[in-house]
Formats: sequence, C-alpha cells, structure tokens
Amino acid sequence: MSSFIAIIFIAVAVLFILGIKLLSSPKTARYGNLVAAAGMLVAFFATIPLMKLQSWNLNCTLMVVGIVTGLIIGAIGAYSVKMTAMPQMVALFNGVGGGAAALVASLEFLRRANSPEGTTTFFTVTMLFATLIGSLSFSGSLVAFSKLQGYLEKPRTFPGQNILNGLVLAVILGLCVYLTGWATTNTTAFIVMFSLALVFGVAMVMPIGGADMPVVISLLNSFTGLAVAADGFTINNISMIVAGTLVGSSGTLLTLLMCKAMNRPVTNVLFGAFGSTTSSSGAGAAHVGGGTVKPIQADEAALLLGNAQQVVIVPGYGMAVAQAQHQVRELADELGKRGVEVRFAIHPVAGRMPGHMNVLLAEANVPYDQLCEMEAINPTMDRVDVCLVIGANDVVNPAAREDKSSPIYGMPIIEADRAKTVIVMKRSMAAGFAGIENNLFYKDNTRMLFGDAKASLQALIAQVKAS
Amino acid sequence: MSTEILVFFIFVLSIFLGFELISRVPSMLHTPLMSGTNAIHGIILLGGMLVLASADSPLTIALGFIAVVFGSANVFGGFMVTDRMLQMFKKKK
Repeated sequence: MSSFIAIIFIAVAVLFILGIKLLSSPKTARYGNLVAAAGMLVAFFATIPLMKLQSWNLNCTLMVVGIVTGLIIGAIGAYSVKMTAMPQMVALFNGVGGGAAALVASLEFLRRANSPEGTTTFFTVTMLFATLIGSLSFSGSLVAFSKLQGYLEKPRTFPGQNILNGLVLAVILGLCVYLTGWATTNTTAFIVMFSLALVFGVAMVMPIGGADMPVVISLLNSFTGLAVAADGFTINNISMIVAGTLVGSSGTLLTLLMCKAMNRPVTNVLFGAFGSTTSSSGAGAAHVGGGTVKPIQADEAALLLGNAQQVVIVPGYGMAVAQAQHQVRELADELGKRGVEVRFAIHPVAGRMPGHMNVLLAEANVPYDQLCEMEAINPTMDRVDVCLVIGANDVVNPAAREDKSSPIYGMPIIEADRAKTVIVMKRSMAAGFAGIENNLFYKDNTRMLFGDAKASLQALIAQVKAS
Repeated sequence: MSTEILVFFIFVLSIFLGFELISRVPSMLHTPLMSGTNAIHGIILLGGMLVLASADSPLTIALGFIAVVFGSANVFGGFMVTDRMLQMFKKKK
C-alpha cells in the first residue's frame, strides 16, 4: 500500500471518529451520520487501486452487481421498516455484516493456506477469531431477528442446554487451537469450525427471551465490530481496525449500560433464560398486596388532566404497539394550549431498545426538548399533579423500590407512584414483559383507564377539547 | 518495533476511544447510535471487494460475491436507516 493511500485511510478513521462524536447531541447527530457515511465513501474509492486490477473481468462485474444488489436490499429495508420494528432491522443489518466479516476471514485463510507465502501464528489467530465471531454474529442475529418478529418469541430451553452449548464451544476452541498450532492448512477442520460457529450462534440466542433481544443485538453488534477489526489486521487496513474496534467497544459499553438499566448482570441475560418466566396474567384477584383496582372513565380523566398544572407522560412499548404516538402528541399539545406543563419521562430501556421511545416520539413530531430522562424527572415527581402511564409497565413498577423479593428489585424506575394522581392506560391487567405483578395498579392514588391506548387517547383528546 | 505491534497499539487505543465516545452519548440517542455504529462496521464491504478481486475459483468467487452483497447491504441500509431516524429529531419551534 502506498503511503498516500495509507494516509487516506487514516483520514477515513478520523471521519468515523468525528461522526460518532457528532452523534452525541440531537442537534448535530444527523450531520454526524453523514460525516461517517462520507468516510465510508472515501474508503470505498481508496480501495479501488488496492485491488490491482489489470483488466475488467468477471470478478469486477460481480462486484458491481453485488454492491448494487446490497444497495437495493439495504434501501428497501431502511425505508420500508416501521419505526417500531427498528430493533430487528438493526439485527438484520448487523447479521449480514457479521456474515461478510466471517466470509472475508475464511477466504483469506483458505487463500493463504494454499499459497506459497504461507501463514504466521498472528495471521491464523486473527482469521480464526474473525471467522468464529463473525459467523456466530451472523446466525445469532438472524435468530434475534426472528424472535423480535415474533416467529420464535418463546425462549427454547431444555435441561443441560448450557452444558451442551459449553461443549460445542469447547470443540470450536479446540479446533482453533489445533488449526493454530498443528494444522494451519487443514481446510476440513476449518470448515467444521466455521459450521459449528454458525450452530453455536443459534444455540446461544435460542434460550434468550424476546425481551432481552436488544442486549443480544448490542452484544452481537460489538462482535461484528471486533470481527471486522480482526479482518483489518490481515488486510492491513487501519481504517477497518479503527472502525471495527470503535464499534466493538461501543457495543460492549451499550450492552453493559442496558443491563445496568435492567438491574441484571450480563451473564444473567445470556445464560439465565430469565425470559422464560411464565407471565402471570389474569384479573387482579390473584393480587396479594392489598388494595383494589380503581377504574376511571375518559371524561373524568380528561378533567383531571385539564385542571392539572404539571403532567408527566410515561410512554411504553404498549403505546407503540397501539400506534398511538400521534394521539399522545395531540393530547400533549391540547394540554399545552391550556397552560398545562407537559413533559415526557423516558426510561432508558423503554421500548424494545434503549432510546427506541425517543425515536417513536420523534416520528410523531414531539420536540426532543420535551423528552426528559428518568434521572431528571424523578426528583420532581412529588410536584407532579397527574402522571399518565401509557402502555408502560415494568419501568414504573414500585416493586423495584419496595419489594426485596421481586426479580426487578433495585432496577432504576420512573417513580410514577409519587405523583398526586396516576392514570394508567392499559389494555388489561396482564403482566408486563418481565412477567411480574405491578403494585402501582393497586395504589390509592392510581386510576386505571382500560382499553386500547389509541381509542382511549382519542376519547381523552375529545373531552379535553370540549372542556 | 514491528508493524504488527504498532497496529496492535492502534487497536488498544481505539478500544479506549470507543468507550470515551459512547459514554458521552445521551440515552435519548442510543437507538440511532446503535444503528449508526452498525453502519460503520459495514466497512467490511472493502474486505469483501478485496477478496472478490483476488478470488480465482468458482467457490471463492461465489463466497466473495456473497460477502460483497452482505457488506453492501450493511453499509447502505445502516446509514440510510440511521439518517431516516435522525431527521425526525426536531427541537420545539
């Protein structure tokens, strides 16, 4: 590689770094994404002279066809996906990236194994690493995608599963050691390793419940990043190493942040099969903590909201499922016109992915300065007149504060129960994604507004307008 | 110092840089961030192009082609979907 091209690749790495840096503020985020995309474009053109093409051949035609095909698939996916389905889209794009990283590593491995230049230990280790991590990211992401789409939502567990998975992993690692130390050119062993890594990706994600998929996706995202970085070592491309590593470490950090927001160690998410807890749905009769459910009608709720000075809206995934974002915004606007101060309280893991709720509300034109983080809302909760909970459940469950025996004890929550009045909009008394009873519904200051979130909101808007 | 060690040094520095950069991003932007970093690892497309260019048997050409399609879908889809999300984030008028 000439030093001129090498310098261009350093510039590419800088563009990626600046792009991620600009992503840290909603004002500059879009610009940051474009800066990173520009970096990618520069990297693309800088790669063309590296291919050392003497003349146009079949490979070149296939390359153009391949890039255009990927462009079309990517564009269709990116512009047709509903915002509620964003997590599975990210999983899918991540999966194909992992697949590409594994294929690049395998092809490099096979080429060097059969060429006179031979291999080095460093080369073999990085290639095996990229193949292993990339292929399990590929198959794991596909499983995560199907789980989020609802195809395989129930966790699949059986006795001894962790032991079996451990055995598969042991065989994979054994093969890697064998390939590194004794048989650097043994393609059969390599292919077996590749296939087992694919199997392991499926086996690893299968037992994890749908609710934990965002953690899995974030983890696999960081896996793909590391696989790409390892590929960068072999291809000797600085921008690939930097880009892959940045994604690898950022994905790891995001995974840990998410687990912290759910108050569970990452090992529990990956090996605990927590999502398999049977959800105790049904009527409130089974409740043991005392208190009764007090239903409320839309007209009374509208009166409460209209006469309040401060209202906090806590949206959850239920709001997104009901496609009620626009109605929520309309209600907030109507209340705002009447002098009510309306804020939105967003839990870090509300929705199906951290920050998912912000995207859904942004889609409905809620300005982002109205969206408050949990830490900002909680200290002011005592002064809030009405807290309107729409389709959120576990993130407002006071058991996280009060009940030491609860699985979510210690999880940071939005302390909705401290508001003067809480109105919970809910379809039924069914438990949330974590399958835990919610004491909030039985508190003295809580009123339940049953029904489809969208229909209830429309009724509320009409009543507020009429008053 | 060999080149391999220098390159490894860059790798280690990048790990810390990644942590620093991400810890400054507010949770409000975590979904676009995840999708944006997802697009960035699509740089594997370049690797795909390089292996396809040097592929010489039907099998390696086929696998290289798949790698290019995958990498390209990762890059274009990733940046496009991130942009689509971010254009919706607006301040109060």
